[in-house]
Amino acid sequence: MNSTHQNHQPGNLAEFGAGARDTIPMMVGAAPFGVIFGTLAATGPLHAWSVQLMSLVVFAGSAQFIALGLIAGHASFAVIWATTFIVNLRHVLYSATLAPYVAHLPAHWRWTLGAFMTDEVFAVSYAHYQRRAPGETGPYYFLGSGVSMYVNWQIWTVAGLLFGSAFPGLQSKGLDFAMVATFIAIIVPQLVALRFVAAALAAGVLSFAWNDWPYKLGLLVAVVVGVAVGMLLSTRAKDSTQRPAQRPAQRSAEMERAK
Amino acid sequence: MKYALLILGMAVITYGIRSAVFVFGERLSFPPVVRMALNFVPVTVLTAIIVPMTFAPHGGAAELTWRNSQLVAAAVAVVVCAVTRKPLLTIAVSLAVFFVWQMIV
Repeated sequence: MNSTHQNHQPGNLAEFGAGARDTIPMMVGAAPFGVIFGTLAATGPLHAWSVQLMSLVVFAGSAQFIALGLIAGHASFAVIWATTFIVNLRHVLYSATLAPYVAHLPAHWRWTLGAFMTDEVFAVSYAHYQRRAPGETGPYYFLGSGVSMYVNWQIWTVAGLLFGSAFPGLQSKGLDFAMVATFIAIIVPQLVALRFVAAALAAGVLSFAWNDWPYKLGLLVAVVVGVAVGMLLSTRAKDSTQRPAQRPAQRSAEMERAK
Repeated sequence: MKYALLILGMAVITYGIRSAVFVFGERLSFPPVVRMALNFVPVTVLTAIIVPMTFAPHGGAAELTWRNSQLVAAAVAVVVCAVTRKPLLTIAVSLAVFFVWQMIV
């Protein structure tokens, strides 16, 4: 696509194409999650069009999965919004990391690019921009990565919706477990140190114990306690020279997350 | 449809979070303690959601028995993922275990 138009807008299209190309592995990785999301959602209380609307306007895999789980558990909207906020808060770290590379761009670009920020787009774009001087980078690489990830997510959501409605039998307990399996596959690789294990255990046990609180508030409080446990253990780890300096520690945590 | 409101709210929240730093610049910076806390959010939220689903799939009391296929398959998923680190394999194997278990129990 960029080869035919290269004469007109060489730099921009080539950059856009490069961003899209470098995102292909991420698109492949996200595909099964898109399908699972669509399939799970198709069997839940949401109409197909609201499911697709969620992919179109929210475009945040983990938040969308979590929302499905919470909707199934009859959580109140306020709890779902609060959870969305907490779960997506990590994107602030991403945009703060990329800010030097977009700060010089006109406002309409800065308003646009943020919409495409996901774990994957951040990882790809940061790897690219990192090797360049801030202020010399255009928006097209980021846009190429973001748009391709976005289109990819829409396609696989549709595929999952079609699959889910083709097999209404999946509606029973079975598909709940697909979500559990997906979450485990996301959680386990993140348990890289004792503090993460302890945080997860605390949140899990308390969430179960407080499962009958109204509006899923028990879940929210369990998460807060779990995070506190993790932080407590981090401060101790830092004291015992686990984290010698603040800056590199933050960097590595961000990178750890980006993978 | 009430869910449209829910979804639009989620969209506004997500977009606001993603764009704030780009639009308002670096005046929005997070203190280290918040950054540290954010590291633990994904694991804790996801775990908090699945533990009740796994241990008490029918609501109510915990079903700590080999007849609970959610629990058995989840344990398999944890082991497969810890050993192989492959998300797709984890999901495929544990789903297979789940469906087979449901049939035989």
